[in-house]
Amino acid sequence: MAVRGTSVLTRIAQAIPVLFGVIVISFVLTRALPGDPAVQFAGIMATPETIEETRAKLGLDKPLPEQFVVYLGQLFQGDLGQSVSTGRPVLTELASRLPASLELTLSALVLSCLVAVPLGVLAATRPGSWIDQICRLLVTMGVSLPTFFTGVMLIYIFYYLLGIAPSPLGRLDFIYLDPPHVTGFFLIDAALVGDWETWFGALKQLILPAITLALFTLAPIARMTRAAMLSALSSDYIRTARAAGLGSGRILYGYAFRNALLPVVTTLGMVFSFVLGANVLVEKVFAWPGIGSYAVEALIVSDYAAVQGFVLAMAFLFVFLNLVIDLAYSLIDPRFGTSGK
Amino acid sequence: MNKIVSSATDAASVNSAQANAPATPAKPKSGAFAHLVYVLRENPVTGLAFGMFALLIFAAIFGPMIVPYDPLATDAASVLQPPSFAHWFGTDNLGRDVFSRVVVATRLDLVISVAAVALSFVIGSFLGAIAGYRGGWTDITLNRVLDTIMAFPLFVLAMGVVAALGNSVANIIYATAIINIPFYARLVRAEVNIRRNAGFTLAAKLSGNSDARILAFHIFPNALPPMMVQVSLNLGWAILNAAGLSFIGLGVRPPTPEWGIMVAEGANFIVSGEWWLALFPGLSLMIAVLTFNLMGDGLRDIVDPRRRT
Amino acid sequence: MLSIKGLSVAFRTRNGEVNAVKGIDFELAKGERLGIVGESGSGKSVTSYALMRILDAGGRIKAGDAIYSGVDLRNASERDMRDIRGREISMIFQNPRAALNPIRKVGHQIEDVLRRHSRATRHNAKAKAIEALEAVKIRDAAARYEAYPFELSGGMCQRVVIALALACDPKLIIADEPTTGLDITTQKAVMDLVDDLVRARGMSSILITHDLGLASQYCDRIVVMKDGLIVEAGDPVALFTNPQHAYTRKLVNATPRRTGSIRALLPEGERTELPPHVIGQKPLIDVVNLAKTYQGKSGPVHAVKKISFTIHEGESVGLVGESGCGKSTTSSMLVRLLDTTSGSIFYRGEDIASLPAATFAKHPLRSKIQMVFQDATDSLNPRFTARQAIADPLLRLMGMRGDAVTKRTEELAEMTGFPAHLLDRFPHQLSGGQKARVGIARALATEPDFLILDEPTAALDVSIQALVLNLLADLRVRLGISYLFVSHDLNVVRLLCDHVIVMQNGAIVESGPVATVMETPQHPYTSELLSAAPQAPEREMA
Repeated sequence: MAVRGTSVLTRIAQAIPVLFGVIVISFVLTRALPGDPAVQFAGIMATPETIEETRAKLGLDKPLPEQFVVYLGQLFQGDLGQSVSTGRPVLTELASRLPASLELTLSALVLSCLVAVPLGVLAATRPGSWIDQICRLLVTMGVSLPTFFTGVMLIYIFYYLLGIAPSPLGRLDFIYLDPPHVTGFFLIDAALVGDWETWFGALKQLILPAITLALFTLAPIARMTRAAMLSALSSDYIRTARAAGLGSGRILYGYAFRNALLPVVTTLGMVFSFVLGANVLVEKVFAWPGIGSYAVEALIVSDYAAVQGFVLAMAFLFVFLNLVIDLAYSLIDPRFGTSGK
Repeated sequence: MNKIVSSATDAASVNSAQANAPATPAKPKSGAFAHLVYVLRENPVTGLAFGMFALLIFAAIFGPMIVPYDPLATDAASVLQPPSFAHWFGTDNLGRDVFSRVVVATRLDLVISVAAVALSFVIGSFLGAIAGYRGGWTDITLNRVLDTIMAFPLFVLAMGVVAALGNSVANIIYATAIINIPFYARLVRAEVNIRRNAGFTLAAKLSGNSDARILAFHIFPNALPPMMVQVSLNLGWAILNAAGLSFIGLGVRPPTPEWGIMVAEGANFIVSGEWWLALFPGLSLMIAVLTFNLMGDGLRDIVDPRRRT
Repeated sequence: MLSIKGLSVAFRTRNGEVNAVKGIDFELAKGERLGIVGESGSGKSVTSYALMRILDAGGRIKAGDAIYSGVDLRNASERDMRDIRGREISMIFQNPRAALNPIRKVGHQIEDVLRRHSRATRHNAKAKAIEALEAVKIRDAAARYEAYPFELSGGMCQRVVIALALACDPKLIIADEPTTGLDITTQKAVMDLVDDLVRARGMSSILITHDLGLASQYCDRIVVMKDGLIVEAGDPVALFTNPQHAYTRKLVNATPRRTGSIRALLPEGERTELPPHVIGQKPLIDVVNLAKTYQGKSGPVHAVKKISFTIHEGESVGLVGESGCGKSTTSSMLVRLLDTTSGSIFYRGEDIASLPAATFAKHPLRSKIQMVFQDATDSLNPRFTARQAIADPLLRLMGMRGDAVTKRTEELAEMTGFPAHLLDRFPHQLSGGQKARVGIARALATEPDFLILDEPTAALDVSIQALVLNLLADLRVRLGISYLFVSHDLNVVRLLCDHVIVMQNGAIVESGPVATVMETPQHPYTSELLSAAPQAPEREMA
């Protein structure tokens, strides 16, 4: 246990250089702006004086290493700069919009895991059957579907044609009031105060974008589950278990599935990368007020501080999620940290 | 006379063992060809994918010459027309022919993805091969850099790169290439690394090959088959990525026909029921990605039937 | 107790149905120890999987009967079979580490079996599992109960697999190549353990192996299989002294043992006279205080500790030891693929130890020192034809071009008995023996006078091993070269070598003329190695 504790600490420590690298890249991106960053950050209405002012304020007149130190210092104070378009600090904006993105992303992931993992297991245990064929079809179609296109088509079918979905404008129809802010997750906040009408309203808004995202992430998870399950089922230890007369349930779930989970959990890291990216597109399609649509709006008006802040925030979030995944991994694999993992 | 033991006896026992295995053709080329025919027959979808690929290439090369309308020509008299005989895919809000725009867009989308994948293939393979073969600090450094790139959600990094470098098609290509490099570099690194101390690598050293020669002529060719699979799958992903970037308003600008931007434009009309604006470019995009994915899966079957998933 | 009649097993493949077992009959009495011997692809393992009804997908029992204590194993329901497996019939597998669930404590895996067969309840399962571990002589069983397979050595894992198989006191145990991949001394310990337990509990056993010597030592009766058929059955001594079937004769001949010449491995008709090879007076290779130290995680690891030995011109020296003894490190340093830490390697008086391995490829002596690798499959580039593989050193080291290369390549193929018409095939289209010949031809291409043979026959069936060993003996006479033969098997080394060096933990524990070391070993480790090798019954003088 001591060994594993150490390796968990090591894993957490490993995130630090990665975060540092992320900050370096983010810094480089900030300074690589086409033209003069000072002009960009000063905004469209800038005069030569305000540009110079911005340059001095951003420290762009200093040598690069010094700029980096200043940049680091600002980061530690949570200063991601000011949004030119709204005039508010980027961090405040991101923080207020993050729960919307997280609610969407996480419900999509839960939804796709609930479908994909059983589907992959069933497909692997019945190779060649109709469920295997469906799995293959879904997997191939799923990775080929552009999320923004799926979203648009779902809106057309369920909103325009069938009329069963609410209009794709945000998290909650304007007839409802936002639930009191506790977690920022509308479903949770509404449930906390027992406001089930709002809860259903929020759920109805959430379903289409969540399905859109889930369709996209279904494919890699189902694919990996199927492959991992197939390889686990053909392994030597399964033969040993069968030769020892263990029941098929025990073999399938106690032995094969638990081993197959390892690569699936690892794949989740990649899936998070996809889903956080696809999130931006889906938020735009459904006018979802998350950090993705914030970044898209900022991009259109060349609000660079906002975009860079968004990129950095997403990277931090992703590093954190990867850390969580690895720690989850360490719980199910006793070999964690012993062989170069 | 000192007779050397002939291999006839062990060849005979081998023949009986090989009776189970497929009859080995005398010429290796025909062996690979027979395998190809087998895979195509077993999995006709792969054949279909190759056919669709040919169609895409055709549209990319000859598209602008064969389309019925100028993709940029507006026609105020016929805006937002549903699909008809005159306009197969209907017309958009400016009266432009959607079919012509969809076909002409093929070239731009393919060029972006092929250029991006080619860039990342070359750079990634080079870095990965050196790191995998040299090991040590080179390897550790490369891994750290790749880890950092991979620490960003990749689409988000691409957004950041395009935002920083400037909003142009070339920068979309660079951004897509950058986020693809880690995949190639890691794949090549792994493929090279497992062969670094393989018997045939050591044997090549004993045969007097230099390190560069071993890497280029002995190890790298063995890593190519999985690379080709990766290339095919990545092409689909690169198209998706580029279309996603233009969907949010990066890179390609209107009125240039491009699938992502056309879906974005069409999305504004979907709530009022003009479905054809978004559907056809979206479908084309999907079919292109599907083609590359199916081709990748087919190539995987051809390269290694056991890894079929 | 077990009666097999006309058993046939078929597999569906993409080329139609393949018959792996084609109608075999045998019986097994209570308390009997049966050996099923055959080379790869003979159907011996498939037979056992069919009995247990654990054939891979696509495999099925096509015909015949298998009756175990009155139960029809072929037609029994899956539920009945699950009761039989583990409780009545158990199996021990090869590659023990892979045979255990990597993420479950070994104790829990044993408990799973105990509880499945109602041999334990939730309360006493742990105690019973520890008991089972103790039964296979695992020291400190209570602590091992908590271990995961990756924390145990290969031999220890195999003991756990045995404990798992024997936990529910089955009446019949099937051991499928239980010692493959284990060191020779571990192999003996494992086999002795199984044998003791089988005898003590009055069980029946079936040992499936490619090693006729091993089977004869641990079995009462042996059936020999070839291509899915039983070619001969009988008690070990009879089988060895008076084999009836031609294939059995070939197998018996090819099994290396303590005595007999290298030619005696071959079928009787093919035993030509082997002219003696000449050993010169001058040393070819002189190794002085050679050492290699790696930086390990917990301090330096001394892989090779200042060893010295000499190989004369034309002499063959065997380097024997178990895995991790430093023999591979030594051979890598000698062939200049690995830098030395200290010491000297004199080649005809010239010290080559200090030349960096990285640039030795350009050294003129590169062509003089060559190596044949352990695994012929791994040592051939999958994308090079046999011709390209053999020609590579000619192009790179000998500066040959054009027709000269073709001529020399074909000459080398002829010399090593590689059929010329197969030269344009890729490795995957060649048999193991053919690949071994390509490897030898490539090593000989540059006319070396010192060849390191790194277990060149380890991956081969015994009958092919016999051919390759004899080929090497012939080549030595014809070309007058010296060998350093690296192996774990003294019985094989004996056949080819004049002198033998025994290594343990990076040091030489014994060396001397082969006959002397084999007959009067001085060091206890040498004696242990000798006694651990399976002892085949001596055959009548042929």
